[in-house]
Amino acid sequence: MSPVLAGVLQLLALIAALALSYRPLGDYMARVYSSDKHLRVEKWIYKGIGANPGVEMRWPAYLRGVLAFSAASVLFLYLLQRLQGSLPGSLGFVSIDPDQAFNTAASFVANTNWQSYYGEQAMGHVVQTGGLAVQNFVSAAVGIAVAVALVRGFARSRTGELGNFWADLVRGTVRILLPIAVIGALVLVACGAIQNFAGIHEVGQFMGGSQQWNGGAVASQEVIKELGTNGGGYFNANSAHPFENPNPLSNLFEVYLILVIPFALTRTFGRMVGSLKQGYAILGTMATIWVVFTGLMMWTEFAHNGPAFDLAGGAMEGKETRFGIGGSSIFAVATTLTSTGAVNSFHSSYTGFGGGITMLGMQLGEIAPGGVGSGLYGMLIMAIIAVFIAGLMVGRTPEYLGKKIGTREIKFAACYILITPALVLCFTAVAMALDTPSNSMTNSGAHGFSEILYAYTSGANNNGSAFAGLNADTQWFNSTIGIAMLLGRFLPMVFVLALAGSLAEQKPVPETAGTLRTEKPLFTGLLVGTIMIITGLTYFPALALGPLAEGLAA
Amino acid sequence: MNNSAANTGRVLWAGLRALLVLTVVCGVLYPLAVTGIAQLAFPGNANGSEVKADGKVVGSELIGQTYNLPLKDGEETAAPDLRWFQPRPSNGLGANSVNTQYSIILSGATNRSGDNEDLIQWVKDAKAAVIKDNSTADYKVKPSDVPADAVTSSGSGLDPHISPQYAKLQVHRIAEQNNLTVPQVDKLVADHTDDRILGFIGEPRVNVLQLNIALKELTKG
Repeated sequence: MSPVLAGVLQLLALIAALALSYRPLGDYMARVYSSDKHLRVEKWIYKGIGANPGVEMRWPAYLRGVLAFSAASVLFLYLLQRLQGSLPGSLGFVSIDPDQAFNTAASFVANTNWQSYYGEQAMGHVVQTGGLAVQNFVSAAVGIAVAVALVRGFARSRTGELGNFWADLVRGTVRILLPIAVIGALVLVACGAIQNFAGIHEVGQFMGGSQQWNGGAVASQEVIKELGTNGGGYFNANSAHPFENPNPLSNLFEVYLILVIPFALTRTFGRMVGSLKQGYAILGTMATIWVVFTGLMMWTEFAHNGPAFDLAGGAMEGKETRFGIGGSSIFAVATTLTSTGAVNSFHSSYTGFGGGITMLGMQLGEIAPGGVGSGLYGMLIMAIIAVFIAGLMVGRTPEYLGKKIGTREIKFAACYILITPALVLCFTAVAMALDTPSNSMTNSGAHGFSEILYAYTSGANNNGSAFAGLNADTQWFNSTIGIAMLLGRFLPMVFVLALAGSLAEQKPVPETAGTLRTEKPLFTGLLVGTIMIITGLTYFPALALGPLAEGLAA
Repeated sequence: MNNSAANTGRVLWAGLRALLVLTVVCGVLYPLAVTGIAQLAFPGNANGSEVKADGKVVGSELIGQTYNLPLKDGEETAAPDLRWFQPRPSNGLGANSVNTQYSIILSGATNRSGDNEDLIQWVKDAKAAVIKDNSTADYKVKPSDVPADAVTSSGSGLDPHISPQYAKLQVHRIAEQNNLTVPQVDKLVADHTDDRILGFIGEPRVNVLQLNIALKELTKG
């Protein structure tokens, strides 16, 4: 069998697995967020928080919950790293410097998991397992909660109430993420991922002498890193490290974990707004972009244009033998079209166009299918923009899901889509204009520029992957990327929740003959077009200077 | 004003309590439970898939090693020990730079782009070395025989595998260096080649450590 055919078959197997879990998981999540019942363990947790999960919140209260929880998380994670040197169970590792501790705290709370540190030599068990891995769960649950609040905004009328943030946070963690994580972690251990609390220990070698390795709760962190679309690796090599991703089966399983919740949430959305077809239209948009991007990635990586790859006879630099080109390309697209940012191969050593595809995937706003929760709300914002553009063309007040898209709604949506491009392009421009940031580049020319463009694209879009030649552990990059990650995560959430509140207050508009049918394939086409045009207009000049220049020269 | 400050304080306090409670659930109970089950059900895997030869641990099945001669005076990099199968290059591996009471190997890639001068040079040098090292009196390696994995570094720098093509390329050299016949070594490689899982997942590969352990057995016998 040729590697290309094997790659295509792996993609098809992945699609089949995702299709099988789509309905049960999507419907289950809809029940989780609509149920009136509380599990016993949840009641204990609410008692611990001191919150009443039955209280309905309007959008400002919901937002205050999100921001307060996240602020507490940043502070806690920052202090945990700053105190690492004095905490037991830290392998004797020293405390993390303030700029790096801020960057890492912002990164994990913002569901980005950008890492300017080397996991195996910097972070001990307490920070990894008790700090970083916890944020993998809860930052994902926050993302889903905000998406569910927006869906409730569409589903509810003549009320401003969006649900209870604490209940959504706890349910997402306890009923969705934890059960899948327990099973998934054991699957990964069965494949060969490590799961222990050993310290730094010596392991003998074939040629004599020994190597030093650190143990750790790797499988349990790896599974939620993919499932929660987080992406922060236990080891520096992330999911390329054999202890994180031991064989081809674990590789495909990890890609499945990345994609399963974001895709299934479109079913949850369809259920909650009372029209499964509306969910399918959104799913169709996400799946189309994902499949096309994966196809393009395999094409450019198998074609391996570039002087070094031509010489080597294949683009295997930065890729593992067990995954090959196919398994690496599938992973790279899945991780950048969601907000994951885990890598099983190093994007900086992809072909020029391959690197461009990873960047463009993030620049779409990570909506195909996107991060857990953030993918759905990002795509729904795009749907509102698409409905608005269609409305302009025919001269009607646009509507979506029975709600009028008026001035107020379109302002929130427009602000949402402007935030991340503004952060990416402004920070990149400033970094290029200053003297010192470019000292961090490993490569020169177009690829050097791409390293910096990639860094801010990844940070502001909460992805976390990197053209890792960039030495990002400088005060400049730690601070600016940290700020970009926080603003890129929480400002959009402000507009999403404000929009949700505004939609929930409306009374429903009855459907007429002139209503745009947003459940039809035609709308899926319009939505794909809107996304590509908006992203293209925003980022084309920057992409032309980096990956396009490199790809065309090869 | 006082009222809103009190409100902010109250919701921040709730946020902190929520974080602490969820830290106990997701950061203590969950990893302990998973570790407990993993240690009972898959102790070998959970502790790093260590491999033994002659009763001694010689590494992990999952972690690539180097098979080099001892570093001689004046050499910057150790020369490969040509008696053993050689792994892929690992130019992206790093050394411990903080917490230097340890000497942990840092996994990682080179992150060089396709048009990077260093990478082009590394590939050229690696290709020349592979051709030179593996050509024997009656077997000449052609540049087009050298597969991509033989001259590129992996993502982790710890790739435990090489492609079957690269393993086969080394057969004549291994046979000559160890006084074995080519069919003997060919069989060794064939026995240690893992196919794609279910016929399509991943790529065919040979685990270098396992192969070298088997080679050692063969040379002893």
